[in-house]
Amino acid sequence: MPRSVVFALALAFSMLTLAAPAFACGGLIGPNGAVNLLRTTTFVGYHDGVEHYVTAFQFAGGGGKFGSLTPLPGVPSNVEKGGSWTLQRLIRETQPIKAPVPLAFGAATRADAVEVLLETKIDALDITVLRGGGAAVGEWATAHGFRLPADAPAVLDFYADRSPIFLAAAFDADAAAARGQNVGDGTPVHITIPTANPWVPLRILALGKQANDPVQADVYLLTDRKPAILPLARGANGLTLAYDQTASKPLLDDLRSDTGMGWVPANGWLSQLRIDTNASTLSYDLAVDVQGHSPSRVAAGLESPGSTDPTPIALTMLAAAMAALILVAIREQRRTVLA
Amino acid sequence: MKRALAVLLLVAAAGACAPAAPRAVEITIHYSHYSTSEVDVPAGVPITFTIRNDDPIDHEWMLGDMAMHERHRLGTEPVHTSRPDELTIPALSTRTTTLTFPTAMTLMYMCHLPGHEAYGMVGMLVAR
Repeated sequence: MPRSVVFALALAFSMLTLAAPAFACGGLIGPNGAVNLLRTTTFVGYHDGVEHYVTAFQFAGGGGKFGSLTPLPGVPSNVEKGGSWTLQRLIRETQPIKAPVPLAFGAATRADAVEVLLETKIDALDITVLRGGGAAVGEWATAHGFRLPADAPAVLDFYADRSPIFLAAAFDADAAAARGQNVGDGTPVHITIPTANPWVPLRILALGKQANDPVQADVYLLTDRKPAILPLARGANGLTLAYDQTASKPLLDDLRSDTGMGWVPANGWLSQLRIDTNASTLSYDLAVDVQGHSPSRVAAGLESPGSTDPTPIALTMLAAAMAALILVAIREQRRTVLA
Repeated sequence: MKRALAVLLLVAAAGACAPAAPRAVEITIHYSHYSTSEVDVPAGVPITFTIRNDDPIDHEWMLGDMAMHERHRLGTEPVHTSRPDELTIPALSTRTTTLTFPTAMTLMYMCHLPGHEAYGMVGMLVAR
C-alpha cells in the first residue's frame, strides 16, 4: 500500500520555560499546561511524487525555549527555510470566498531506540528529524527538555505505528530576540518529502488539549488535479472544504517566485480545508489520493495499521457486483428478445 | 480429649506461623492511565504496592484523602521521594512502597502533574 506522505502540523510541546513562539500549524501548550488557542496555517503541495510542506513558526515574544514535535510519513530529503510569502499569498487567494462549502498507510515497525536522521538550524529553530517508536521518541523529547502532556504517549504511538519519523523543532526565543526578530515575525520552514500521496496529520493538533478545547486550522492543499480526501469534509466532523477549484495562474506564478518554490507546476488544483472543532472530535488525520480515487483509511486514522484497509477491496467487490448485475441484465434482455 | 487438644495446638501454631504477610498490589501506568481504578485491600496489614510506568513521561502515584489532593493540586513539589504514600515514577521505571492502613478507610490516588488528573489518572483505594 502506498505510504502517504505526511505532514504534520506542529504540535507544540512545551519545553523548558516561559517562551511564547507561535507555531503556525500546531496547538501550543504552555509551560503550565495551558493551551494557547490559535488558528494555524499550513501549505501542502504535491507534485512529481514529492510533498512540499510549508509552515511557519511565529515569534510571539517572551524568552526561554519552546518546542514542537511533528510526525512525518517519511524521511524528508530536505528541510530548509521556507519562502517569505507563500502562506500569506494563499490566504489572500482564498479569503474572498465568504461561505465555506460544508460538505497506504502500512503498519510501521516500532523502533525501541531513536536514530537522529537530520539536524539543521533555521534562524532560531533547532530542527531534528528522528526515527523511532513512540516511547523512544518520547524519551528523547523529555531528555531534550520537552515537557510532554498526558496524552503524548498514546498520540506518539498512534503516529509511530504508522510512520516512525518525527520532526522536533526547538525554538529559542532568546536567540530570536538576539537576532532582532520582532513579535509576530514568522520563520517559515519548508520540508520536502518524497512520497506516494500527501498526508496531513490533524489529530496531533489536539495534543495536550482538554476535550472541549477548540482546535482551528487551515490546510492549503495544492495538487496536480482535484484530489480525493478522507475523511469527507462533512462540516459536522469539524472539517469543511472552504475552497476547491483550479488554482489561478497568478497564484501559481506568485507561489513559484517565492524562495524554494520553483517546483510549483503550471497548472494545479487548490483545496482549502478548514478544521474548526474541539479536541475530542479531532480523532482523524487527512488522507489524500492525488489520483482522485480512494485515500487510505489507515492514513486517515480511521483504522489501525495492520488491519486490512477495506477501501480497495470494497471498491473491487462493488465493481465486480456491478459487472455481474450488468451481465445478468444483458442475459435477461437477450431472453426477452428471444422469447 | 487428647485429640481436641491437638487440634487446638495446631490452630495456635498455624496462627503463630502466619504473620500478616504483606499483600501485593501491582498497578501499571500506560497511556497516562492506571491499570486499575479501584483497589481493595485489607486494613491492618502491610500492603506492598508496585507501580510500573510504561510511558515515556513521568507520572505520580499520590495516595490520600481529598484534602491532601487539594494541597497537591496547588503544590509546587516537582518530585516526591520522601513519603511512602507519595511516589514519583520516572518514565519507563518502577517504584515500590509498603503501606499499612490501620482502619477501614477510603482514599484516592492520583497523578498531579499538569493535566494528568483531568486526563483520567485517578483511582480509589478501599481498605476494609
